[in-house]
Amino acid sequence: MTETLARLENVSRTYTRGKDKVEVLHNLNLSIPKSDFIAIMGPSGSGKTTLLNLLGGLDKPTSGSVTVGDAQLSSMSNSQLSRWRSTNVGFIFQFYNLLPVLSAQKNVELPLLLTRFGSAERARRASIALDIVGLSDRAKHYPRELSGGQEQRVAIARAIVSDPSLLLCDEPTGDLDRESADDILKLLQTLNREHNKTIIMVTHDAQAAEYANRTLHCDKGTLETRVAA
Amino acid sequence: MKYFYLVWKNAWRKKIRTTLTILSVFIAFLLFSLLSAINYAFTGGVDLADAERLVVIEKISLINPLPISYMDRIAAIEGVQEVMHLSWFGGYYQEPRNQFPQFPTDPYPYFAMYPELDIPAEQLEAWSKNRTGAVVGKDLADQYGWKLGDRLPIIATIWTKADGSTNWEFDIEGIFSTSDPRGSTAYMLFRYDYFDEARAFGQGTVGWYTLRVRNGADPIQVAKAIDLQFANSAAETKTSTEAAFAQSFTKQFGNIALIVTLVLGAVFFTLLLVSGNTMSQSVRERIPELAVLKTLGFTDRSVLGIVLSESMLITFIGGALGLGIGWLIIKGLASQLAAFLPGFYLPASALITGVVLMIIAGVLAGIFPAAKAMRLSIVDALSRA
Repeated sequence: MTETLARLENVSRTYTRGKDKVEVLHNLNLSIPKSDFIAIMGPSGSGKTTLLNLLGGLDKPTSGSVTVGDAQLSSMSNSQLSRWRSTNVGFIFQFYNLLPVLSAQKNVELPLLLTRFGSAERARRASIALDIVGLSDRAKHYPRELSGGQEQRVAIARAIVSDPSLLLCDEPTGDLDRESADDILKLLQTLNREHNKTIIMVTHDAQAAEYANRTLHCDKGTLETRVAA
Repeated sequence: MKYFYLVWKNAWRKKIRTTLTILSVFIAFLLFSLLSAINYAFTGGVDLADAERLVVIEKISLINPLPISYMDRIAAIEGVQEVMHLSWFGGYYQEPRNQFPQFPTDPYPYFAMYPELDIPAEQLEAWSKNRTGAVVGKDLADQYGWKLGDRLPIIATIWTKADGSTNWEFDIEGIFSTSDPRGSTAYMLFRYDYFDEARAFGQGTVGWYTLRVRNGADPIQVAKAIDLQFANSAAETKTSTEAAFAQSFTKQFGNIALIVTLVLGAVFFTLLLVSGNTMSQSVRERIPELAVLKTLGFTDRSVLGIVLSESMLITFIGGALGLGIGWLIIKGLASQLAAFLPGFYLPASALITGVVLMIIAGVLAGIFPAAKAMRLSIVDALSRA
């Protein structure tokens, strides 16, 4: 029997927009096994990113519970969530979100500033992460000196450097050409298959979703599962 | 410390803006150090005043002289240990711009009254044996390159000689100094007996008396006794502590401390607006980046600390440069200005105040942008990005 990494039970999320209340997720139930690679697709405003934010402890449900590993995220304080995120989850964004004032190496080291590692150990681990994504030779380059695909690889190195079990990817190929996108998706697949990372990827791209083990379709705050062929 | 690299890189994200902000902080702290030194030069005499020394002046004005005959009568008053007198000469050396204080007095009583001054015993003895002898402070000797044995011509602006000449000549018999960096030695002393005999008018008078109160005696009671002694005479006296005398002397120039405080207040207020605006802009520009830091696990407090540290760093760089260069300028100017502004010096208390001001300015400039960064909602900030 496959071990469950994350579980959402009766989760609803409602936002207040002016005088209106908008329910983005409605009574959602979801179980995510360890080492799974899931793509979440759906139209804009369907609640995909909200679902990702809840799983990453960036947001809290209006009702219901979110559990990842042993942590019940819905009952944790902001500072507890910060500490939990620093060791348990890696984030990959559509626009990479690297700090432009830091080199690739220093960007990757950022999450390690929250650990007790000394500077030498931080540098060593960041080098390993850059090696995994195939960018050892670009360690001293600044984001402005890298291509979009390379920037996203640095972002992936930053996401895996603290060895989290869960990677949350919000449109990771949305800003890339097809070739670069395929490279990134293959890298994610490798991280899933060879490093046992659980990956949840929000995407609009059906070709990108094919790299996942299964695809969830999000619409009007509910989910429907389709297993990859 | 492990965040220092991140703080440093963020602070220099816009090099021109940061440089200009540091420059404005630098100017503010340079002004602070220079104005503090000027303020100290005017008010420092109060700090140096000895609580056991009293100054006796003419009741109406310091300008009015007192009879030399008061000397023995003051010395005889209960509680007075020793007494000496000084007069204002008001001359210049070679050119009117070379002005510095000169005082006729008696050699041994003067240096007994001011033990904080150092003069070799043989030089003091040589001066006491030469009626036209004079001793000069080290600051003055360094400024004009004088040495022992030099003949020193001083042009009088008040005291013409009995023969109608305004040219007074002295032999430098000694050079005195002080180890207290706050004390100035940019003045000259010469023999009262020579002065009194040679001057055209005012014989038998002195400018003021300085006396030391005997151990255990009450200075206030001694001052009262002196003023009572000369009450209803042709030259009534006003006796005060040396500190009060120094204070009243300083007040003749206006309330220097208030003027300095007002100028610095305006400068630092402007500085807060400039550096506060820089930090606000800096935070506004990188809201998505701050949200990413929070996403990675940086706590609200860490983000607050990082932004506040940037503000402190900019203030410290500019402030340290301003204080440091101000200190160098003051050190360089001190000997040049010694005659006009004796005690032009940056005291340790001003340096400490400067560091405290840096901390306050850094916190005030950064606290609101830092609080904004701390309260930032990750979801809102990322969706805006």
